[in-house]
Amino acid sequence: MKNRISWRVATVSSARWETASARTLVLDVPDWPGHLPGQHIDVRLTAEDGYSAQRSYSIASAWPGSLEITVQRLADGEVSPYLTDEVQPGDQIELRGPVGGWFVWRSSSPAPVLLIAGGSGVVPLMSMIRARGDARGRQPFRLIYSVRTPEDAAYADELRRRVRDDPGLDVHFVYTRKAPEGAGTPKRIDVAAINSHGWPPDFQPDCYVCGPTGFVETAADILVALGHDPKRIRTERFGGA
Amino acid sequence: MMEIDGNALGGDLSEIFAADMTGAVFTCAGCRHTGAVATLRVWEPAPGLVGRCPSCTDVILRLVRTPSRVFLSLTGATRLEIPLES
Repeated sequence: MKNRISWRVATVSSARWETASARTLVLDVPDWPGHLPGQHIDVRLTAEDGYSAQRSYSIASAWPGSLEITVQRLADGEVSPYLTDEVQPGDQIELRGPVGGWFVWRSSSPAPVLLIAGGSGVVPLMSMIRARGDARGRQPFRLIYSVRTPEDAAYADELRRRVRDDPGLDVHFVYTRKAPEGAGTPKRIDVAAINSHGWPPDFQPDCYVCGPTGFVETAADILVALGHDPKRIRTERFGGA
Repeated sequence: MMEIDGNALGGDLSEIFAADMTGAVFTCAGCRHTGAVATLRVWEPAPGLVGRCPSCTDVILRLVRTPSRVFLSLTGATRLEIPLES
């Protein structure tokens, strides 16, 4: 049994933009116990008048290594605009974690893995891809990644490099607003995309779906309709931040 | 209001319980559905978080934080099955 967790202070050690509106923060936390791919942290911001706001952010990095989160800016968000536009290396933030033991991938599992991401739902799935890569895992991974336009795809260069170097990893993009040349007409994720680019149900893959609620429901419903065992489908929905 | 899920309750529940609770399995008192706490339907933002059964939408748990206390009501669950880390 692990100990109860409490809030601690982290220092932002560096930051980089993944897209025009998504920024990765590298966090330095003394005595960080490590994390599993798929876990998240809670971040708490407190104003001078004592008002505080708390949100959950998925961990993007694998462990061992650094602790990184990628934050998508939401125009009407309470916490995300601060983390994307204002916080600078050297600043401190309060966090709690690692949190969660259900939406996680364990490298000891031999099953093939199907990852389905809607927008910034790719963040915890990227942690899984990085963890598998670091461990030289032999479980075949497929990622179906739905984005509005090519410019909205986070980690695009790294994913391209990993697919090039690793025959056990496939990535398929679904473009909903604007597709690059040769990628067909923009459309939302559908049965054809998951049937063609996922694993057949008789391979008994572990499926991880993360994104906004509507996206997650659609993708999970399609997986069940295609014959996947609901017990092997794990979902995580995110809201405003 | 944005719908999220029980994964987001993990941090608050970890301040109360000494085990990860997102993988704990609840049994709904209303419809007897069983599922992981991570699959509860939760809405934010709210001063308190309400977790509803994904099958019948009855309230399974309520969690309210103040600066010095956490209030947890579990009246909608007849059982919580908590995996122990081996």
